[in-house]
Amino acid sequence: MANRISDETIEYVGILAKLELSEEEREQAKQDIGRMLDYVDKLNELDTSGVEPLSHVFPVHNVFREDVVTNGDDRARMLQNAPKVKDGSWQVPKTVE
Amino acid sequence: MIRKREVSVREAVQESLDCVAALDGTLNCFVTLDGERALARADEVQRGIDDGTLGGPLAGVPVAVKDNICTEGLRTTCSSKILYNFVPPYSAEAVCNLNAAGGVIIGKTNMDEFAMGSTTETSAFGVTRNPWDPEHVPGGSSGGSCAAVASCEVPYALGSDTGGSIRQPGSFCGVTGLKPTYGTVSRYGLIAYGSSLDQIGPIAKDISDCAAILEMLASYDKKDSTSVKREAYDFTSALVDDVKGMKIGIPSDYLGDGLDPEVEAAVRKAADVLRQKGAIVEEFQLSLVEYAIPAYYVIASAEASSNLARFDGVKYGYRAPEYEGLHSMYKRSRSEGFGEEVKRRIMLGSFVLSSGYYDAYYLKALRTKALIKQSFDRAFENYDVILGPVAPNTAPRLGESLSDPLKMYLGDIYTISVNLAGLPGVSVPCGTDAKGLPIGVQLIGDCFQEKKIIRAAYAYEQARGSWQGPADLEKRCDRIPEHAASGEAAGPESACVSKEVG
Repeated sequence: MANRISDETIEYVGILAKLELSEEEREQAKQDIGRMLDYVDKLNELDTSGVEPLSHVFPVHNVFREDVVTNGDDRARMLQNAPKVKDGSWQVPKTVE
Repeated sequence: MIRKREVSVREAVQESLDCVAALDGTLNCFVTLDGERALARADEVQRGIDDGTLGGPLAGVPVAVKDNICTEGLRTTCSSKILYNFVPPYSAEAVCNLNAAGGVIIGKTNMDEFAMGSTTETSAFGVTRNPWDPEHVPGGSSGGSCAAVASCEVPYALGSDTGGSIRQPGSFCGVTGLKPTYGTVSRYGLIAYGSSLDQIGPIAKDISDCAAILEMLASYDKKDSTSVKREAYDFTSALVDDVKGMKIGIPSDYLGDGLDPEVEAAVRKAADVLRQKGAIVEEFQLSLVEYAIPAYYVIASAEASSNLARFDGVKYGYRAPEYEGLHSMYKRSRSEGFGEEVKRRIMLGSFVLSSGYYDAYYLKALRTKALIKQSFDRAFENYDVILGPVAPNTAPRLGESLSDPLKMYLGDIYTISVNLAGLPGVSVPCGTDAKGLPIGVQLIGDCFQEKKIIRAAYAYEQARGSWQGPADLEKRCDRIPEHAASGEAAGPESACVSKEVG
């Protein structure tokens, strides 16, 4: 495998991805990402100099509209899916000590 | 038949539910089935038909919806533990269009978790089995929708296609599946995987049904900023049995290496049929074919890592029972809620978007995408339609694909570039292999040229004759003990079944 993923990198990816990995999962992830990158490196065979990155296939532009509220108060319905509710709001663990 | 009053809507829906009750214990096409709700809706639609307010061809016809498309009041899980209890407070625009046309949703179909997979085996609700041979996968990710149509549990279904997820299971299950031009069907309410690639599309028994369903689904929607206002939506007007002079190109780089000879023979035979009907068919070099998959996995994973950041245990879905503080809650909820393949793609996506790697991987992939689009543009200067295989093989056996993710990804080689270039594509059944498993032929059109592929598919179907689904379905299903693979206990015996995470 040409692409070796270090412990530091996988740690960093875990932080970015907000995932908690077991020791076993980390080793597997290092292998998997390394193998995928080896495969993705195939793209380096292509000369893309001077080619603009294409994020959208059509020449679309940002869609603007007047900032007018069109939906009603859906609070109760939105909260029906909440894992934890307190006083009509989503409840999360304490964030500020 | 419903319009002619030969069958009431309730009878049609009940027949669908009975079929699900008989077969789905084995096939497991549905994650959630709601018979009671469907029958109540059937009566409502019947009243609409009787008083003349509902008159379209799909009024009263039962339908199944892939479980990544939001349905108000009906659980939508993406076949993931992280959304195991999510009941959307709104419906996707495509579902609103379907409801306005008098559709009757009977339930939500199984899929690869978050549409990441090609076999419907990564679902948290157990695997779906192929009606042609329950020891084989139905393909994916819209495997539940395609298997439900193939087994006649429903006359049609909605799927979504990010890298082949309508066309490939369509091919494996012997049904017709169409992926429209990007922007044709609103993505509002489709739970996003790769936003620049995702499209909702119809799965049905033939192209005529697909065209009628697409006509109903497609609309310009202000709620989807990538929605495209099309000049015309009359897709059924292209159901014409005439391909005289139509120029059809077969990419020679789609044939040969890696392609199962039986699949190649069936696809060539389909091309010959169109040639005999007057189409000009020739081979050409598309080029860049082998670069589509690596570019796709960088782009799709990058978009997925961003799109799936919203699943954090705060507002909906699964929250880990134990955690220390907010960040630990995010991390544990996500780590326990997502399956292996989803985590793999989120990590790859996070990596390719991280500083230091962004240019080398993400921008490189977007530049490759531009080149792939250009090679299709050149092809469509010479051809009306591109014809080729859908997948290199027919449906593999259960469990064969997951051990090697990279190998599974390679199975998407003929479908993925269509998503990168935003093109419409359709998979049409064109034969079976020696094992009796279906083979599909893929017809690809230039952007907004659905009518050309619909016309070619229709002309092909007229010559091919009516397609027979798997015979002796109940016997095939009887061989398999109910939910042997997933170990789930309950078949759909009651009117409303909400499966639990397997």
